[in-house]
Amino acid sequence: MKNKLEAIQKEFSERLSTAVSPDKLEELKVAYLGKKGELTSILKGMGQLSPEERPIVGQMVNAVRAEMEKSLSEKAEMLKSEEMAKKLEAEKVDVTMPGKTKKAGSLHPINQISDEMKDLFIGMGYEIADGPEIEFDYYNFEALNLPEGHPARDTQDTFYITEKMLLRTQTSSVQIHVMENKKPPIKIICPGKVYRADNVDATHSPIFHQIEGLVVDKGVTMGDLKGTLEVYAKHMFGPETKIRLRPHHFPFTEPSAEVDVSCWTCGGKGCRMCKGEGWIEVLGCGMVHPDVLRRCGIDPEVYSGFAFGIGVERTAMARFGVTDMRQFFEGDTRFLSQF
Amino acid sequence: MVAPLKWLLSYTDLKINSKEEIHELAEEMTLSGTKVEEVVSKGAEINRVVVAKCLQVEKHENSDHLFVCQLDIGAEEPIQIVTGAQNMRVGAYVPAALDNSTISEGRTIKAGKLRGVPSNGMMCSFEEIGLDCNNYENGNNDGIMILQDLGEFKDCTEEFFESIIGKDIIPVLGADETVIDFEVTSNRADCFSILGLAREAAITMHGKFTKPEVAVKEECSENTADLITVEVQAPDLCPRYSARVVKDVKIGPSPKWMKERLQAAGVRSINNIVDITNYVMLEYGQPMHAFDKRTIRGNKIIVRRALDGEKITTLDEQERNLDSTMLVIADVEGSTAIAGVMGGLNSEIAPDTTEIVFESAIFDAVTVRRGAKKVGLRTESSSRFEKGLDTVLCLEALDRAAQLVEELGAGKVCKGVIDVSTGEKVMPKIKCSVEGINTFIGISATQAEMEKILVELECEPHFDEGYVIPPSFRGDLICDADIAEEIARFYGYNKIESRLLNGCATTLGSRNRKQKIQDRIRKQMTGMGYNEMLTFSFISPSVFDRLNLPADCLLRDAVIIENPLGEDYSVMRTTMMPSFLESVANNHAHRVEAASLFEISYIYVKTDKYPDELPEHREMLTFGGYAANGKADFFEFKGDIEALLEALKITKYEFEPEKEIAFMHPGRTARLFIGGKDSGIFGQIHPAVAKKWGCPDNTMVAMLRTDVLIANVTDIPKNKELPKFPAVTRDIAVVLDADVPAGHVEKLIRQRGGKALETCTLFDCYIGAQVPEGKKSLAYALAFRDATRTLTDEDVSKFMKKILNGLEMQFGASLR
Repeated sequence: MKNKLEAIQKEFSERLSTAVSPDKLEELKVAYLGKKGELTSILKGMGQLSPEERPIVGQMVNAVRAEMEKSLSEKAEMLKSEEMAKKLEAEKVDVTMPGKTKKAGSLHPINQISDEMKDLFIGMGYEIADGPEIEFDYYNFEALNLPEGHPARDTQDTFYITEKMLLRTQTSSVQIHVMENKKPPIKIICPGKVYRADNVDATHSPIFHQIEGLVVDKGVTMGDLKGTLEVYAKHMFGPETKIRLRPHHFPFTEPSAEVDVSCWTCGGKGCRMCKGEGWIEVLGCGMVHPDVLRRCGIDPEVYSGFAFGIGVERTAMARFGVTDMRQFFEGDTRFLSQF
Repeated sequence: MVAPLKWLLSYTDLKINSKEEIHELAEEMTLSGTKVEEVVSKGAEINRVVVAKCLQVEKHENSDHLFVCQLDIGAEEPIQIVTGAQNMRVGAYVPAALDNSTISEGRTIKAGKLRGVPSNGMMCSFEEIGLDCNNYENGNNDGIMILQDLGEFKDCTEEFFESIIGKDIIPVLGADETVIDFEVTSNRADCFSILGLAREAAITMHGKFTKPEVAVKEECSENTADLITVEVQAPDLCPRYSARVVKDVKIGPSPKWMKERLQAAGVRSINNIVDITNYVMLEYGQPMHAFDKRTIRGNKIIVRRALDGEKITTLDEQERNLDSTMLVIADVEGSTAIAGVMGGLNSEIAPDTTEIVFESAIFDAVTVRRGAKKVGLRTESSSRFEKGLDTVLCLEALDRAAQLVEELGAGKVCKGVIDVSTGEKVMPKIKCSVEGINTFIGISATQAEMEKILVELECEPHFDEGYVIPPSFRGDLICDADIAEEIARFYGYNKIESRLLNGCATTLGSRNRKQKIQDRIRKQMTGMGYNEMLTFSFISPSVFDRLNLPADCLLRDAVIIENPLGEDYSVMRTTMMPSFLESVANNHAHRVEAASLFEISYIYVKTDKYPDELPEHREMLTFGGYAANGKADFFEFKGDIEALLEALKITKYEFEPEKEIAFMHPGRTARLFIGGKDSGIFGQIHPAVAKKWGCPDNTMVAMLRTDVLIANVTDIPKNKELPKFPAVTRDIAVVLDADVPAGHVEKLIRQRGGKALETCTLFDCYIGAQVPEGKKSLAYALAFRDATRTLTDEDVSKFMKKILNGLEMQFGASLR
């Protein structure tokens, strides 16, 4: 009986090793373990054995059965993974082929600069203000110490709508709106469009963008203005950037200054970008004129403040290497999608 | 303001000669507030052109018009130069351009051969070394410049000439002028003068400034007051009018030094009298005028407003129309000059003029500026008057002109001055303190340091009494901040120590709600593949026709720019369409396969109260573009709008068909309502408009009001517990009239389904053989759920029945 079992087992192993499909395994399972299978028939013939032998043989048969079942399931597992591997091999793709394009979209380079400036100044405690582009003469000029007939009005090539209404030539008009509606401490920046009657060419546009800054509080000094602008310059043009203030005249600030930053291309040695000067003018600024404060109901004996106005196009051109300003306004996606 | 350096330095003790010194001056002036735009060194481009003495002149052996000259150039051996000039003679001192020299216009001269004879350079005319022969006595361009023939050298000895052989010609002629172009800001009327700039330069470079001594001899015995009278009828526009009379005038050329200075400053020399007025204007910044006295009818000068309709022919021979806002100088019969702008042709100085009246006056800045603008004449004179001039300097300048007349021997000055004035100018006491200035600027200058700067500026500091008095020529100094600036700019802006609002109140920086949502919109748009653009906010009024707008369309009522750059930029946009279409067309024209663009910006809408009130700045989110290969998928585009609404957590919105917009496809345009409010439109553009604008037919556009979007954003979405019980799903297909909008069907299903209806998804819309003509079939997948229990079949059947009844009643729909 034992020999017979061993023979069955051996035969099973041989047949199992040559089985290459789940069907064949099923066949084997039926042939050996099924109702009419080899092992079953042995169990059926147990009646002829002595009562002493029966449990021994029973155990032996069960052990063989367990082993066969185990081998079968192991083999089945193996065949499955082989099958899977084959399937995956068949599903192989060329991963170096291009993806199906989903366009990423982009923010406008001018607005990227504005966004960055907003973040910078928000970090320093500023709020963002805005104001109308079509503006009353009063806010754009009169309240800023540029009364009717003031020669500095000529330098701004203003677009007029009516005698009293115009397209703002500077975001400084927002200073007045803010100061009329808010008590110090005031710390705002205002990015926005401004308009001047300049013909369109590579470096001029009748519409361009400025960022106005205004701080009014007790004890604000010109040193604060300078420190603030240094932070701005280093942030926008790199940590090595230096600034220099040149006295200038704006009717609504006193003292006033134009601010140069060391050339971002040559670092101040002089190159084509800075026309050999080593410096590039980026903004105008100054201490808010006492008359402007007074006109907005702020006592200049108690409060002082500074204001600055930064040209955004210039900064964006420097940052992104844009040489023709017109490209900013043409909506050409080939240009815009680069940024 | 263009200032010849030598002229400027003549009022200072500064020694500035070398290139490096000039550069330093330019840098320092820029940093003390008088920005240097350009430094031009005249004659600097002329190189290796030296004084040579002609030793021998011989005819060229192969030419009958060329000469071979031997020249002493101060070297050991004479050099040979061949010339075609016919005026060469032995003994002549001439400019000789040597081998490898540079003459005017950058031309290089090299040694070579002329008709086989070696020539080691070239002898030069005025022109060839960049000079105007008319500025030299007896100067002409016929042939070579011969120094001893010029009036300027007529008294020079042979010894002198021997001493200059081999020297650079430009300095010998005094033509090595450096000219600096200063940017003078509009508040500094005093710096539109050589004296003003010299004062600034002296303080900046720590030198001494000295004004010219002005003294008039008054060689003519007659009294000015007996010869002429002045009546100022408009004292409000002419606070001072001063005049002098000069007799025995001899009109002639000015001396070389004056011509040179004027020429260097960019002013053409005319004759001695006119040159004096220009010279004094440049020197003092006070425009002057000289009238031929015989043309002043009635010997009376009247300063009055012009008459409406009055005409005058100005010195440039143009007839100008005047009106009563302008000021004129007139005599008893008519006007002789537009005050402060330009003189009249009728009173011009002529070669035979023998008596003149010098005018030095102050005219109202605004009147001059407006008048100059009206007649279209901005002159050296008007640009000075419009900045506001000093009434004290006015008289000084008149005397300076009289003094120059005498020094030049151009005439005899009569006794006394006519001076009509509204009174002495009193300069303000500007309240300020050393401490206040230090605090304001953020420096710690001593009182002595401040006083030194102020005294050099000719201010009177009285810090102990708490005030400073500015000089009369500094009308721009009015308040303490002005004084602070004067201190700061000479103390040095760049010596101010930087701070960061130390000691000021701490503030919280932030974006407000609107700004935050705008940024969310922009991020969502880029996430969906759109490129942000920026467009011009003015447009051409012709675009309204190109948008096929009807004649009475409100969009045509745009804010108009009075002085536009041109028709194309002449009105403020009332719709984003033109800006958008132009950008799309631009991409299409460049054969960009597919384009997606967006922008958040204003349109400008007149309100009822316009123009007493500003137009509404209505902010629009505009987006759209075109897909590749002409594909026009309305629903894909609508999907972007729905995704945007979802990203903003805007929940209550509906779409309605919109057929009435002239520039949109009538069957593929929808209007978006958010919370019942009109929020804008989107869809495909009208093919006729697409064609007119050069856009592809499949261009899609959305123009949405950001104010409505922003108002409906859910700021903080509330968490809903995830369901614990299963949903029951049912599909239904209903047949109804083909023109019933699916949106209305869905709205009804949702109404009827109530709270239990969780989702309602249209998955099929069928029109064709399987349904009757004029009908369509809509198939929806519905999911019902109750948060507290599992719904039974019975529950759901009830809901379904309610929905179907509703559909039948409302739309006559039947179950398919």
